[in-house]
Amino acid sequence: MDFFDHLPLLILLSSLLPGLAIFLVREENHLLRTSLNLFGAFTKLGLVGLMIWGVFHEWVTEMRWQIAPGLELVLHADALSVVFVTLSTVLWLVTTIYAIGYLEHSPHRSRFFGFFSLCVTATVGLALAGNLFTFVLFYELLTLATYPLVAHKGSPEAVRGARIYLTYTLGGGIMLLIGVVWLHTIAGPIDFQQGGVLSGLTHLDPWTLRWIFLFMIIGLGVKAALFPFHGWLPQAMVAPAPVSALLHAVAVVKAGAFGIVRVVYDVFGVEYADALGLLPFLGAIAAFTIVYGSVKALSQDHLKRRLAYSTISQVSYIALGAAILGPLATIGGVVHLVHQGVMKITLFFAAGNYAETLGVHHVSEMDGIGRRMPATTMAFSIAALGMIGIPPIAGFISKWYLGLGALQAGAGFWVIPVLIASSLLNAAYFLPILYRAWFKPAIVKWPAEKAQTGRWEMPGALMWPPVITATLALLFGLFAAAPFSPLEWATLIAGREY
Amino acid sequence: MMNDAIIWVIVIPLLGSLISIIWSRYASIIAIISNLLALAASIIIVANVYQYGPFNHALGSWQSGLGISLRADALSSILLLMSMIVISAATFYASAYFTDPVKRARFWPLWLMLVVALNALLLSGDLFNLYVTLELLGLSAVALTALSDTRAALQAAIRYLSIGLLGSLVFLAGVALVYMGYGTLDLVALSHKVQAEPLSQVAFGLMTAGLLIKSALFPLHFWLPSAHASAPAPVSAALSALVVKVAVYILLRLWVDVFDLVLTPLSAMLLGTLGAIAVIWGSWQALQAQRLKLMAAYSTVAQIGYLFIFLPLIVALPEGPVQDAAFTALLLMALTHGFAKSAFFLSAGVIQQYCGHDRIAELGGTARALPLTIFVIALSGVALIGLPPSGSFLGKWYLISGSFQAGQWWWVPVIAIGSVLATAYVFRILGYAFGPGESVGRVLNRGREEIPALLLALFATLILGLGSFELWDFVAQHSEFLRG
Amino acid sequence: MISEQLLYSLAGVGLFGIGLRATLLHHMLLLRLLALNVCGAGVFLIFIAIAYSGVELMADPVPHALVLTGIVVAVSATAMALALGRRLAALNDE
Repeated sequence: MDFFDHLPLLILLSSLLPGLAIFLVREENHLLRTSLNLFGAFTKLGLVGLMIWGVFHEWVTEMRWQIAPGLELVLHADALSVVFVTLSTVLWLVTTIYAIGYLEHSPHRSRFFGFFSLCVTATVGLALAGNLFTFVLFYELLTLATYPLVAHKGSPEAVRGARIYLTYTLGGGIMLLIGVVWLHTIAGPIDFQQGGVLSGLTHLDPWTLRWIFLFMIIGLGVKAALFPFHGWLPQAMVAPAPVSALLHAVAVVKAGAFGIVRVVYDVFGVEYADALGLLPFLGAIAAFTIVYGSVKALSQDHLKRRLAYSTISQVSYIALGAAILGPLATIGGVVHLVHQGVMKITLFFAAGNYAETLGVHHVSEMDGIGRRMPATTMAFSIAALGMIGIPPIAGFISKWYLGLGALQAGAGFWVIPVLIASSLLNAAYFLPILYRAWFKPAIVKWPAEKAQTGRWEMPGALMWPPVITATLALLFGLFAAAPFSPLEWATLIAGREY
Repeated sequence: MMNDAIIWVIVIPLLGSLISIIWSRYASIIAIISNLLALAASIIIVANVYQYGPFNHALGSWQSGLGISLRADALSSILLLMSMIVISAATFYASAYFTDPVKRARFWPLWLMLVVALNALLLSGDLFNLYVTLELLGLSAVALTALSDTRAALQAAIRYLSIGLLGSLVFLAGVALVYMGYGTLDLVALSHKVQAEPLSQVAFGLMTAGLLIKSALFPLHFWLPSAHASAPAPVSAALSALVVKVAVYILLRLWVDVFDLVLTPLSAMLLGTLGAIAVIWGSWQALQAQRLKLMAAYSTVAQIGYLFIFLPLIVALPEGPVQDAAFTALLLMALTHGFAKSAFFLSAGVIQQYCGHDRIAELGGTARALPLTIFVIALSGVALIGLPPSGSFLGKWYLISGSFQAGQWWWVPVIAIGSVLATAYVFRILGYAFGPGESVGRVLNRGREEIPALLLALFATLILGLGSFELWDFVAQHSEFLRG
Repeated sequence: MISEQLLYSLAGVGLFGIGLRATLLHHMLLLRLLALNVCGAGVFLIFIAIAYSGVELMADPVPHALVLTGIVVAVSATAMALALGRRLAALNDE
């Protein structure tokens, strides 16, 4: 299966090559740039579809490239990588369309889309990484590719926000590197293996492994915005809305969470991690972050900052899922990777639309916005309800499985209260927005209204993406039992792990 | 013909230097041709060593003992190749950089003498030849530094010369003691003869001290920042990337080859500690620097520190693949820094010519005006920080790995702090460069000035990072040392 | 009795030490250059002492060759330093 073996590399190239080409496209040449973008996105989508089929039938696709003694670059597709790759690819396509619309008339678009493509390449590489070395490599590349996107506007606030982002993420990168190198030193090169590798290596000192785990979690926790390493995320909201949408709600933050899942399941092995006492530790941090993020979100009037704190809280559900022993919790955590992605991106798209069309940045300015921008606000509402956990939207499924898994593992006494508390807090900061948007009369004048052109409330490229992703959130919930749904994939992963 | 390459690589630049004094009008063309030919010769040498192993060449067929012998093995030939690639790129750059005909006429002969000295040093097979070429190198470097003809440059050059002379004399004293004790100066012969005794220990100390001055290890680094910062850009590139490196090369050669029974873990630990201080101090000073070239010079001080941290690890690790890997990682780090720093200095030169100054805080708008140059700075910055896919990421990996394996975990926080500081000073530049500002500048010869730097940076950040696997095999198989 | 070889060697070491101290303590260029030359002389003396192989035998020529080379290097370096010093003085006077 020669072609199939090269599939991971092809998937990487499908965004790398157009990305590099876009850098060279002249600023005025919109058509070429857009074509390159969309060509790359659709090609990747096709290739990923192929990969899904292959992994489902347990075909193995792997590529190895020797870098140095003991260090191999390995691209490998398994069920977990497929989940993350598909999420990234689909959302990249949607966000590209959104960004094309959002950045119309903005300067430096070639630079932007070039780095955008590089960022997706890094994310996909990270998803397809087959060992810790490759993972770390792409993890750092992701930081490098996203920095210019955060700093894109070039304003002093943007540069400052980007600098904070960089400090946190590169600091985290070093911690991760130290942990990984340390592990390499005592255990040799670690390929990801379902069920974990370390449990089979009985000669390793448990305390050393605990320290290694700590370093890795700190390193991954920075990107995943676990408390207390979350500080960069609200600051990074200074980036343009498409950047915030994809990267900080989906790609960067998810990369950290994905890494945590990989480390717990495919390096340590969840049962061994539990035996070492690592899971309660991780669970405690995750639980604290869930509550902390929601509490902070309550006090934010700036819409994107409120969403940022919400992300901090929601992504920790994934870590929480990894921290509870048992297949149901695993399913809950992994499926939330996908569900939170589509819901959060909808919210950010909507926030971007509000800012772009009406100049609305704050919750207090959102009175009556539902009448002015019904489609966007409908999407926003669906996503917000999903975040709270209202059935049948996807968020409910994840919380349900997490709760069940906690009960199954006997951890219900602390997990259930956390889930309930966070759902209540979510309601507390989302429902008022919905109330304002739909039921309050509009303020006399919007801060910076753009004239309505055409039939819809705003340009199609800006309106349809949130509608699409909100629909996905609804479908993932309604049709969770269908084949190839995120829930089915998560079940598959959990099945292969235990 | 193959064996003669080792002669050609020294003689061709020498001829070029002499001819360029006579025919100063065509000096730049002569230099470009000489350097490209020397580059070809260095490629032949590397290929030779790769296929057949290390080889000697006795000059004039005089036997070693009375005659001068040249020797190429894995370590020296790889460094030679890097040297010639950097020199060739910088030569293209320099051909467009100098506009003043007087400076141009003075530059080329000196530049080619620098090349002669570098190559002869790397290929030297005995201690005295090392001394002579080291001095030749120092003199050429000083003269080139003074070429800017500003007060700052001359003061820096004079200081460089005085300190350098002191270092060389201390080194020579060590050479004298070695001859007194063992009656030979040939490196290969000495590697079998030298034992641990008071005489050789004193000689070892003297030679190390002299070389530490030359390689600017903290606290003997104080001459470097001003010298590298006030020299013309191509000269700074050669100084930081090559001149300082070969001093480290000699030290490595002596430690691992000649004095391997004399050195103690304590001495290695001492140098490692100085290296660690250099990493933190140099990176911190780089962050404080207001000028681009001064920042780069301090960054060199820090990067040299990284190389010295390898020493206690190599000494502590048991012989075998692990020690080999650490040694190769040191080499890889030196190579990456050589390419990255030279690319950085060449780009800094472009910026300085374009904006008329190199003050970091006033670099606003350069990203729009000089996109390729800023891209090169970003690429080389990635290599200086040690991020993938640069060769220094791998070097850092093995440095951390070696620290854990040798049980010397205290180097790890140093490396972490150094990386964070390096990130800060590299991205500080990029932050300003992408910031607002109008930069108007004179027209540059873009091709010759920007492309060489780009190629060097690509070496550092892509080629060495992803394609260096052959290097490990090469060094492990063909090194004389580490085999007892 | 101290052998002649040892005596000359020690003299060389002594010269080296005197020169070293002067180099480190003084900042004026001319003084430093002189001190460095004294250092050099000290090292050369050590070489010459090494060359002595006894009353009957001819002295070892290799250290002599090294000393000659060393003198050439020292003279060139001194000349360059003086030239740089003069240029700096000229610039300072402007």
